[in-house]
Amino acid sequence: MQTKRSTFPAGWLPYALVAPQLVITLIFFIWPAGQALVQSVQRQDPFGFRTTFVGLDNFSRLFADPLYMNALSVTFVFAVGTTLLSMSVALLFAVMVNKLIRSRDGYTTLLVWPYAVAPAIAGVLWWFIFNPTIGILPYILDMLGYDWNHRTSSTDAMILVIIAAAWKQISYNFIFFLAGLQSVPHSLIEAAAIDGASPMKRFWTIVFPLLSPITFFLMVINIVYAMFDTFGIIHATTQGGPAQATNILVFKVYMDGFIGQNIGYAAAQSVVLMAIVIVLTVIQFRYIERKVQY
Amino acid sequence: MATITMDTLEKTYPGAAEPAVKGISLDIADGELIVLVGPSGCGKSTLLRMVAGLETITSGTLRIGERVVNRLEPADRDIAMVFQNYALYPHMTVYNNLAYGLKNRRFPKAEIERRVQEAARILEIDAFLGRKPRQLSGGQRQRVAMGRAIVREPAAFLFDEPLSNLDAKLRVQMRVEIRRLQRRLRTTSLYVTHDQLEALTLADRLVVLNAGQVEQIGTPSVVYDRPETLFVATFIGSPSMNLVPTDFVRSHANGHMPPLSDRADIIGIRPDSLLLAEPPEPATPLPATLELFEPAGDVSHLYLRLETLPEPLTARVQGRPSLEEGAPLTLWVRHGEFHPFEKETGRRVE
Ligand SMILES: Nc1ncnc2c1ncn2[C@@H]1O[C@H](COP(=O)(O)OP(=O)(O)OP(=O)(O)O)[C@@H](O)[C@H]1O
Ligand SMILES: [Mg+2]
Repeated sequence: MQTKRSTFPAGWLPYALVAPQLVITLIFFIWPAGQALVQSVQRQDPFGFRTTFVGLDNFSRLFADPLYMNALSVTFVFAVGTTLLSMSVALLFAVMVNKLIRSRDGYTTLLVWPYAVAPAIAGVLWWFIFNPTIGILPYILDMLGYDWNHRTSSTDAMILVIIAAAWKQISYNFIFFLAGLQSVPHSLIEAAAIDGASPMKRFWTIVFPLLSPITFFLMVINIVYAMFDTFGIIHATTQGGPAQATNILVFKVYMDGFIGQNIGYAAAQSVVLMAIVIVLTVIQFRYIERKVQY
Repeated sequence: MATITMDTLEKTYPGAAEPAVKGISLDIADGELIVLVGPSGCGKSTLLRMVAGLETITSGTLRIGERVVNRLEPADRDIAMVFQNYALYPHMTVYNNLAYGLKNRRFPKAEIERRVQEAARILEIDAFLGRKPRQLSGGQRQRVAMGRAIVREPAAFLFDEPLSNLDAKLRVQMRVEIRRLQRRLRTTSLYVTHDQLEALTLADRLVVLNAGQVEQIGTPSVVYDRPETLFVATFIGSPSMNLVPTDFVRSHANGHMPPLSDRADIIGIRPDSLLLAEPPEPATPLPATLELFEPAGDVSHLYLRLETLPEPLTARVQGRPSLEEGAPLTLWVRHGEFHPFEKETGRRVE
């Protein structure tokens, strides 16, 4: 197919038009990334007087560090938990809202609102709700015979951060799933009904497979979100504790770099994070380029 | 194999002021192919979907075989449907598209295999069993949709404009094939179309619907030769039937009028009933002026002005007669080809 393109005379104009975008990208993304790369092969003394080149020393220390290994596995559990929870709840909501006719828009609007709440505020919200001394949920759980305390129990702490992180993402996933459900032709469902499939079977054998491109897209988006965008939530709720139980990679970078002042070590961690983002992005693009799978 | 019996079926969509289907009664014999035909929005699809169980029935009784099926789920009605857009499952292979209904009904694997292969052979789609629907042409998709209906060996087939997405040539071909298949399987069928050629060629009996009501039920030849209402008269046949006031015909007939009821104030004349020469049978003359001559392959359409009438008449004649536009001529109509109607009731009167 031929595409029409308008051509500009080669000159300063095209450069001027992309310049603002380039400048922003350079200053806020490329430069810090470069800094991190440089610092990841250096070590500073505690007072910042001397910087020495140490090669890959920071990285080898990193992968020998049991605390870092712990952060890796914590991040894995956290990302998988958050993604599963937020996607399954969002899908459930989308399926239910999609069944409505008149009130659909109202519910959609309400369900999208949480997305506008900043992560830190969401964190504080959940901090209050789950607070072992004053929170409403521990109170209710206590009546049911469960002693909730995310300050001492690592399981409770992990559940708390997963719920807090997933909550906000439900809105985002919901919108995509709802749009996906609405694009499944109604006659397919009717054909399946005539073909003797129960509503459950129709969903799992017809609708869900047709949603798979959206599901995959959301999976990558949610994993990226859980791994990199949840600093505020951890900060406001558990601070990585108790005993490192919720110390995910991004939070550990902050703790080691800004609190522990171990700049080189933190930089090496951010380089690892960058590598993970790049891999996820490549997977995403590869997949989207190939488009729909059926 | 089953009969389908509709007893004053009615459907009002929620919030609609008027019913979409207004008390339709129809007995379909075992093995019969009934075509529902009518203008857009007359309720054809609605009626078909009520039989399928995809729309609820507001009132009336629907039987498939001896069973009242009003409240049964589509799956329990033992019917198969072919959709206008085919509704093939895009993520499944052709084989799985055909097998899906059988798997859901827990047929043994060997039986599924046998039936799918058999259907594929009949429809000549064996070569595509491993493909996904998007890798098929429109005509092949159509066959797969048919295949999905026949593997189930249901009591009845329901078709909702299954050929309207095909090009003209393929449509004729598939029409013939559907007819052949239905003759062979002898499965009771209900077929919706708004293409009257499809309707006339396929149907054992034709049901002409208008605004949710039955206008006429009959074999294609009866509906064409003896339309019971003005609506059917003008809807079936192309170009459509000419309508001329009886007074006008009488004033020019010079006494050559057939015996007509007093109430017959409109006379319908098919375009092929307007003759350019006086036939041996008793006929009525009509003076006219040729307004436009339109050759259409082996026939020609003539648009004829009759002095005081506002609308020109259409005639269809064989070949390409050498006529001059603007020339006066006399048309002849055999007495046996008059279709007398009463304007007020819109019904045939004889
Ligand atoms: N889901 C619906 N809700 C409300 N009204 C409907 C619905 N479906 C159809 N109708 C109305 O019912 C009437 C009959 O519609 P139907 O689809 O049966 O027509 P049809 O004869 O199949 O027309 P076409 O030839 O265009 O397919 C129409 O007036 C239509 O607007
Ligand atoms: Mg229709």
